[in-house]
Amino acid sequence: MSFFERLTGKKSASSAKERLQLVLIHDRVDLTPAVLDALKEELLAVISRHVDIDPSSVHVELASEGRNQRLVADIPLKAAARQRAR
Amino acid sequence: MTGKVITITSGKGGVGKTTAVANLAVALAADGKKVVCIDGDIGLRNLDVVMGLENRIVYDIVDVVEGRCKTRQAMIRDKRLPELFLIPAAQTRDKNAVSPSDMVRLCDELRQDIDWILIDSPAGIERGFRNAIAPADKVLIVTNPEMSAVRDADRVVGLLEAEEKGSPSLVVNRLNPAMIKRGDMLSVDDVYDLLRIDVIGIVPEDENVIVASNRGAPLALEAKSRAGQAFRNIARRLEGHQVPFMELESQGLWERLARMGRK
Ligand SMILES: Nc1ncnc2c1ncn2[C@@H]1O[C@H](COP(=O)(O)OP(=O)(O)OP(=O)(O)O)[C@@H](O)[C@H]1O
Ligand SMILES: [Mg+2]
Repeated sequence: MSFFERLTGKKSASSAKERLQLVLIHDRVDLTPAVLDALKEELLAVISRHVDIDPSSVHVELASEGRNQRLVADIPLKAAARQRAR
Repeated sequence: MTGKVITITSGKGGVGKTTAVANLAVALAADGKKVVCIDGDIGLRNLDVVMGLENRIVYDIVDVVEGRCKTRQAMIRDKRLPELFLIPAAQTRDKNAVSPSDMVRLCDELRQDIDWILIDSPAGIERGFRNAIAPADKVLIVTNPEMSAVRDADRVVGLLEAEEKGSPSLVVNRLNPAMIKRGDMLSVDDVYDLLRIDVIGIVPEDENVIVASNRGAPLALEAKSRAGQAFRNIARRLEGHQVPFMELESQGLWERLARMGRK
């Protein structure tokens, strides 16, 4: 395999592996990418009701460790606009 | 003495289950063990022709389950190995003629004086698959280094996990080293990374597999056949021996398996 192929993942085996990684993760939890998007929207709506967040900086994704899947949400919180008086 | 029941399944069809059953059976029997293989593919009987026993069938598994004959009467003795037997599938019945508890009962009877009972599961995840895994002490999943075979194998692993069937082992069949080398076929490493289950066998693509099935004589007895050697190695591993993997696999996998073994 050439350096270029390695870099771009052009060989068919590496695209097979990449595609399978995604397909398997969604198969295993029975969650399609579309459902995951909907879940993310709802999650954001609930959280925004209580704290100030920037929707564009939120990451919600499926990750896998061995044969176990987890839903990982990384939600940066904005600093409060002004200090509350004590 | 109680025999062990090994079920060979795959999800996807045509990946080499029947080939694996015939060859493992021959390898175990050649090692002096008493072996019965059961064709679980009711309606699509195949193991008989792969083993070259199609002309000797009188009774089949449905006859046994429905009490028309004794288990012994449905066990066809192999031509070359006197301690190897086949219980054929029924050809003109459907899968519902046998239930998972029938399979458990049959295997419990066989266990009494047989060392290894190998069940050839049909493709899919329906009744025939359920029947095949019900009595299993150990499940082997056969896959090919190819998208849909790996995906279906993963689905089967998930189902077995849900059934708490213990962790299955993987046979990667029909590897083509030249294609892997040029980056056009998933390697065993890749397949392991994706499925994350123990690899028990790696079988190269080998045209002699087809020649052997034309002849009705599984090639596990042929000393110089690579695929035959691969199947003999799997049989040895089933018997609890540490057998190094053959050349065609990469360093990475071997190191990883060695690491797993140490855990
Ligand atoms: N390692 C191999 N090299 C070359 N050909 C092979 C190999 N393994 C299997 N085959 C061929 O692939 C075809 C399918 O194999 P086999 O019948 O064992 O698959 P199967 O999983 O039992 O199929 P089914 O799901 O229909 O029961 C056969 O023609 C067989 O000879
Ligand atoms: Mg078959």
